[in-house]
Amino acid sequence: MSVTAYPTTPPILEPAADGSETQLLEISMGPQHPSTHGVFRMNVVLDGERVVKLKPVFGYLHRNHEKIAENETYLGSMPYTDRLDYICSITNNWAYALAVEKLAGIQVPERAEYLRVITGELTRLQNHASLIGFLLQDMGSSGTPLMYAFRERENILDLFEALTGSRMMCNYMRFGGCRVDTPAGWLEQAQKVVTEFPRFLDEYENLLVGNEILMERTQGIGVLSPELAIDSAISGPMARASGVNYDIRKVDNYSIYSRFSFRVPLGSHGDVYDRYMIRFLEMRESVKILNEAMRDIPAGPIVDPKMRIRGFRPKPGEAYGRIESPKGELGFYLISDGSTNPYRYRVRPPSLINLTVLEDLCLGVNVADVVAILGSIDIVLGEVDR
Amino acid sequence: MDLETIKSTLEANVPDCRLEVIVNPSPSGQHSLLVDAEHAFAVASFLRSSAGFNYCSNVTGIDWPAKELSEKVKVKKIVDGVETEIDEVSKTMIPGCLEVVYHLFSMSEKIGPLPLRMRTQDRAEGVHLPSLTPVWRSAELQEREVFDLFGVVFDGHPDLRRLLMWDEFEDHPMRRDYVNPDDYEYEPTAHDDVLQRANQHRSTVGER
Amino acid sequence: MDEKLKAELSKQGIFTTSLQELYNWGRKSSIWPLNFGLACCAIEMIATTMARYDLARFGAEVFRPSPRQADLMIVAGTVTKKMAPQVVRLYNQMPEPKYVISMGACAISGGPFKQGYNVLKGIDRFIPVDVYIPGCPPRPEALIDAFLMLQKKIDEQQLTGKDRPRHLTAGEASEFIVPLFGAHDLEPTQNPAVWRPPLVQISKAGTDGSGND
Repeated sequence: MSVTAYPTTPPILEPAADGSETQLLEISMGPQHPSTHGVFRMNVVLDGERVVKLKPVFGYLHRNHEKIAENETYLGSMPYTDRLDYICSITNNWAYALAVEKLAGIQVPERAEYLRVITGELTRLQNHASLIGFLLQDMGSSGTPLMYAFRERENILDLFEALTGSRMMCNYMRFGGCRVDTPAGWLEQAQKVVTEFPRFLDEYENLLVGNEILMERTQGIGVLSPELAIDSAISGPMARASGVNYDIRKVDNYSIYSRFSFRVPLGSHGDVYDRYMIRFLEMRESVKILNEAMRDIPAGPIVDPKMRIRGFRPKPGEAYGRIESPKGELGFYLISDGSTNPYRYRVRPPSLINLTVLEDLCLGVNVADVVAILGSIDIVLGEVDR
Repeated sequence: MDLETIKSTLEANVPDCRLEVIVNPSPSGQHSLLVDAEHAFAVASFLRSSAGFNYCSNVTGIDWPAKELSEKVKVKKIVDGVETEIDEVSKTMIPGCLEVVYHLFSMSEKIGPLPLRMRTQDRAEGVHLPSLTPVWRSAELQEREVFDLFGVVFDGHPDLRRLLMWDEFEDHPMRRDYVNPDDYEYEPTAHDDVLQRANQHRSTVGER
Repeated sequence: MDEKLKAELSKQGIFTTSLQELYNWGRKSSIWPLNFGLACCAIEMIATTMARYDLARFGAEVFRPSPRQADLMIVAGTVTKKMAPQVVRLYNQMPEPKYVISMGACAISGGPFKQGYNVLKGIDRFIPVDVYIPGCPPRPEALIDAFLMLQKKIDEQQLTGKDRPRHLTAGEASEFIVPLFGAHDLEPTQNPAVWRPPLVQISKAGTDGSGND
């Protein structure tokens, strides 16, 4: 059997500017690499340990979400949104439901809004917890931090499973509400998990936040200026770590976020350390929101009774709906031509757009820091490539 | 700031630009601004620098294939010496185009989205549009994606390569007339159209 | 050795074994998987190795980042056409004996994304698969079940005779065709030496002959 020859890339040989003999080395990090969070690839050119050029290569997980959704009914795309950012399926559902509700002018009952906020903020907790675990794992603290993070994540996944029937692919939102109401005792269980969550945060901060190696590896690395962040439409915790005060929960006041008292943590340096710390602070704010939401949740219907699931045809038109997902601004742009399928279905992926500045952050750092910078951006390849 | 104000401000500041407000009939009420390709760059620069739209969130393409629009028109005709009204079907061809939409927000004013649209001349040769990446850096990867999946060529883009598909790929899969490659060897499904493709595959490739 | 005698001896406290049993016992108890995740299923794969499910109980927690050190490839997630050549290349780089678990609906058949233009309809079109686990994504328990099945398979492998596994036969392929990127699709779209379309009558799919669909 003939085997295709492996393509080889010759190293680039160029004299350095000062005339000394150096050899630039071109390496391909990924698509199989333990710290690229999936199948992401970077073509890195190195001068010694220093990065002089970095070109990301996308598309290794391009599974044609948008094309498939154009051949599906509106509701038929809901399970596909779970698989976009597969760590936070519920916020994906929410963004899509919000866009369709804007498109068709659907109202959401009170209890459903509360359920959305509760599940959405739980999603934020488990996303940020796993992110800091992965980031520390990438930086060489192998084992313990990720184990601790996944221990907490499992508690939240248990709640999701009890509520929706699935650990990861929750498929929980419907247009005009939520799919199922809470089973008996669920809210009490959730309250218990939320009450115990700050203990995990304290434990984690004691474990590593003041750690000297961690600070050495992260402070001053991958600095993103607020001007560049705005210009590149960087959103979510990454923008806020650079001091850009833009949280869509506050700006758009979608759903019922105006009822909760929470603050938007901001960073001042925009380096990896700020991006790491901002997740801790956001988790503490999410815990506040969760406590208030679970105290105030009213009884009532969980879906708009006028909403018909079968034969749902929004009138022709278009809508762009967005939410503050754990990764950033997750938007859905829908065009309806009056039929049962969307004419155009577009996902605005925060993970992809936050990668616009990857090369800017990585130029001049050591190759080992590329891993830390990429980890601090928080990408999920299902959303980057869709 | 409503759309009409923005439009008149733009017309006053960017000479000769042709703007059109596209009314969106859906309850979302997000009306958009269609701008001609020649003045798009100047309009975008003005929106960014003077109107405060500093946050270009979303860039995407839309494919509008040519379609035939048939309308029933009442025509007065003289039949057998008597003037009567007759329904006649008038057919008009709407030429196809590719459209690119930019969703703009203002971070300081907290307003948006303002969808800014551009259209190509056709879907074959005249697919060139000015790149707005020099105005908003966030368009860099997204314009590459539109180039990859729709085939819109952005003039002035710093690094216009395919984003998601491999470089040797020739098609533009998000276009409406794209046909999936024929890998329908085994389809254990009862979906009619998939089944049809599978049978078609068998008749062309044959049983092996 | 006679199985009855062996059982009888073990009752008397005498443990007998054969080289094959020892060899397979050693291999099945230390499967080192490749640290390689593709999509959603990879997160469940990570969860399987974490404290609650603790894959280490089965001797398989040592995830190796290099294919040269790995025995098992868990194809965890959607294999796109752009990724398929790299998956085959990684498999080729793994030393024999090597095994493949096809985790989740996507790796088996393309799953929910089957009709996508860039989605490979199952990794078994290019490399041989030992264990398939369905689910979208499969729960960690399902992955552990797949491990146990694989351990059983390794335990039963004969080292001699005509039933011996592929890698013990000289001249059998251990490297497989790496597809190339074509203008419209991968070239080739499948490896006929590994995969043949299953013989089902597609025109009758959806009917069981009872007249009801």
